[in-house]
Amino acid sequence: MMKLFDQNRHIVQRLGFIAITLMALVTVLPIIGTVAFILVKGGSAISLEFLSGFPHDGMRAGGILPAIIGTLYLTLGTALFSVPLGIAAAIYLSEYARDNQLTRLIRLAIINLAGIPSVVYGLFGLGLFVLFLKFGTSILAASLTLSIMTLPVIISTSEEALRAVPQAFRTVSISLGATRWQTISRIILKEALPGILTGIILGLERAAGETAPILFTGAAFFLPQLPHSPFDATMALPYHLFVISTQVPEMPIQIQYGTALVLLVFVLTMNVIATVIRSRARAKRQW
Amino acid sequence: MVDKIIIENLSLQYSDGTESLRNVSMGIPQNAVTVLFGPAGGGKSTLLRCLNRLNDLTEIKASSGRILIDGENILDPKTDVIALRRRVGMVFARPVTLPMSIRENIIYGLELAGEKRKSKLDEAVERSLKLSAIWDEVKDRLDESAIELSGGQQQRVCLARVIALQPQVILLDEPTSGLDPISTGKVEAALFELKKEYTIILVPHSVQQAARTADHAAFFLTGELIEYGDGKSLFTNPKQKKTEDYVMGRFG
Amino acid sequence: MEKSLSWREFIITRLIQSSGYSAILFVALIFFFLLREGLPALGEVDVSSLLNFRWYPIESYFGILPLISGSLIVTLGAALIAVPFGIGTAVYISEVAPRWMREILKPLVELLGGLPSVVLGFLGILVLAPFLRVFLNLPTGLTAFTGSLLLGGIAVPTVVSVAEDALDSVPRAYREGAWALGATRWQTIWRVTLPAAKSGVLTAVMLGVGRAIGETMTVMMVTGNAPVLATGLGSLFAPVRTMTATIAAEMGEVANGSTHYHVLFFIGMVLFIISLIVNVIASSVVFRAKKRAERILS
Repeated sequence: MMKLFDQNRHIVQRLGFIAITLMALVTVLPIIGTVAFILVKGGSAISLEFLSGFPHDGMRAGGILPAIIGTLYLTLGTALFSVPLGIAAAIYLSEYARDNQLTRLIRLAIINLAGIPSVVYGLFGLGLFVLFLKFGTSILAASLTLSIMTLPVIISTSEEALRAVPQAFRTVSISLGATRWQTISRIILKEALPGILTGIILGLERAAGETAPILFTGAAFFLPQLPHSPFDATMALPYHLFVISTQVPEMPIQIQYGTALVLLVFVLTMNVIATVIRSRARAKRQW
Repeated sequence: MVDKIIIENLSLQYSDGTESLRNVSMGIPQNAVTVLFGPAGGGKSTLLRCLNRLNDLTEIKASSGRILIDGENILDPKTDVIALRRRVGMVFARPVTLPMSIRENIIYGLELAGEKRKSKLDEAVERSLKLSAIWDEVKDRLDESAIELSGGQQQRVCLARVIALQPQVILLDEPTSGLDPISTGKVEAALFELKKEYTIILVPHSVQQAARTADHAAFFLTGELIEYGDGKSLFTNPKQKKTEDYVMGRFG
Repeated sequence: MEKSLSWREFIITRLIQSSGYSAILFVALIFFFLLREGLPALGEVDVSSLLNFRWYPIESYFGILPLISGSLIVTLGAALIAVPFGIGTAVYISEVAPRWMREILKPLVELLGGLPSVVLGFLGILVLAPFLRVFLNLPTGLTAFTGSLLLGGIAVPTVVSVAEDALDSVPRAYREGAWALGATRWQTIWRVTLPAAKSGVLTAVMLGVGRAIGETMTVMMVTGNAPVLATGLGSLFAPVRTMTATIAAEMGEVANGSTHYHVLFFIGMVLFIISLIVNVIASSVVFRAKKRAERILS
């Protein structure tokens, strides 16, 4: 009797494990499928002209250079604001903040920033940067909007990396006559660097792929030339993909897949770099 | 003999409610090894961390009393703690070398103090490593990572790192607790040399080590200084019952 | 020299401190600008017309109920997909998978989180919608259901990573205790590990749902954009339009300061408040769970 019961339990376990493995596979396989599908379908569109030319014939021919450059500008612009601010905020939380109401409020604010819908960021950017500060629909306004959206990712990953550095390093450094900032700048930041870099790249990856926050703050439908200053609007890969897949009738499918491929490669490269930095740092770490 | 440090009515309570020191008064003489010993939680480490104000990093609820080093009260809020910590160096229980080369570890404090001359730095590296009895073992690999060294070697590098700053007082908090007997012997021998130049305060990791190294010894129990006196007589002929029980190993 | 050092230290400390506070400032600024541009809507349109069934801004019909119902039905569908698959995957990664499998799965799920939503929307239009139209024999493939499927995929990484963290933080001793009492690993998962991680898993579900409500581009591209009030399950297979998609689709074409403009900001404000509530509740669950763990350990 006991034995039968035992056997039953193990059959249940076997079935359960199979079911849950299948669930994981159903979750993961479409990801691989999506990436592979776009790589295959878009591959034939890629050519030097496609990557380095301007769109023409109502975007139904030519290249996507302005969108690529635009996304680069926006990503760099986002980094310019969000990286220093994000790292500084992470340093504050990990090295300076005491466990009190104010700190809890800051953490709550960060969690909330992470949860605000991207289109609401777009509205905010429109209200503050485009209209109130009169930056206009511009790279500057879009980058600032994306920066604030990226901030929580950078702050929380950097804080985690800083906290992982052993407390003993801080005590020792202080005991040798270092100030708090000397300790941070000479030891803690150096040790936390790989983790911080990973966070930055993951944050920027998200910014590079976003469309909704730049819809009303900086994205242009079509521009015959590259932007000249931060106060110009710009084309961007994600918005361009949106435009050519929904707004332009009789759009050649090839160009659509090609654009999706370039955007995907852009984002995936950042993702892979982040993963590599993280795993190499883990392997090398001596503490 | 001159008292380098005078502790007057020092009391301290941590924020979590634990009381760590109760009305401790004692004088610590120059150029000698003063040993603070007793069971865990007696307040020895807390006292050490008061002497270089490392307790500033911890949440403290209340403290009172004075600590005079060369007549100056270092607990005064106006004290330059950075300068104090250069004057009062500390070696910790766990050997923690910073994640950099051996040379960089030694000159870390000096560079922070503004010393840039290479000749001075090189001189300090050699002198302090020799005083810590580790020069011969590491002189050919000064630019290798300090973390590669063994625990005993790392601890002596930590000692050298403190000596390089030319402090007046060296605090050692169970510096040999994780080391093998041979490394322990080397550290103790180094202390014997060092006391000619410095005032040394040691929290030993055993009564035996206390007896071996102490010129003066203070017995601490639950935050109170029970007995303080000459190293030889305190271990052979303690005056207090509690001290005797502890020294004889009859302590619960 | 010491003097200049302490000045530098002082300034740097202030800079770092204000950066730390900046997160609060940004949330406040976002809320302020949404209120500033959104509240006038209440003066220009009365509440009864806002809570109406007809969204047709050109003729000044600003009933947001169809948009809310659109968001709800798409999100509900997404949750029905993301919750079981997300938790299942999290359990698999944390409790069942061999180490090498874990090393492959985790970055892959993270990758899904990083896929731009516009790419998913693009594939939704070109591949998923035509397939569903034929497969389910519908007049159009651009339906709430199509949106739900893709949104489910977008919410999954959030659910997986938060739930996996929660499962991971269950002390190993709990599991070993259960095994020692003769429970199989499967029983341990259901009766010990998951219940112990309950609050974290709940947080995962909430954050996943929050992510789904806020998603914009994918739903705008694949749900057909018809502002029709959802009345039942049947609406799942008809075109709908969500709050986010409405803002994204219409904001570019309205005149600044018009009633339509204010109403769109008002919808943004509603979305902001929803996400605020979701995140405040989710984080208080996290805090409470942590306190309980501290109690157990002390």
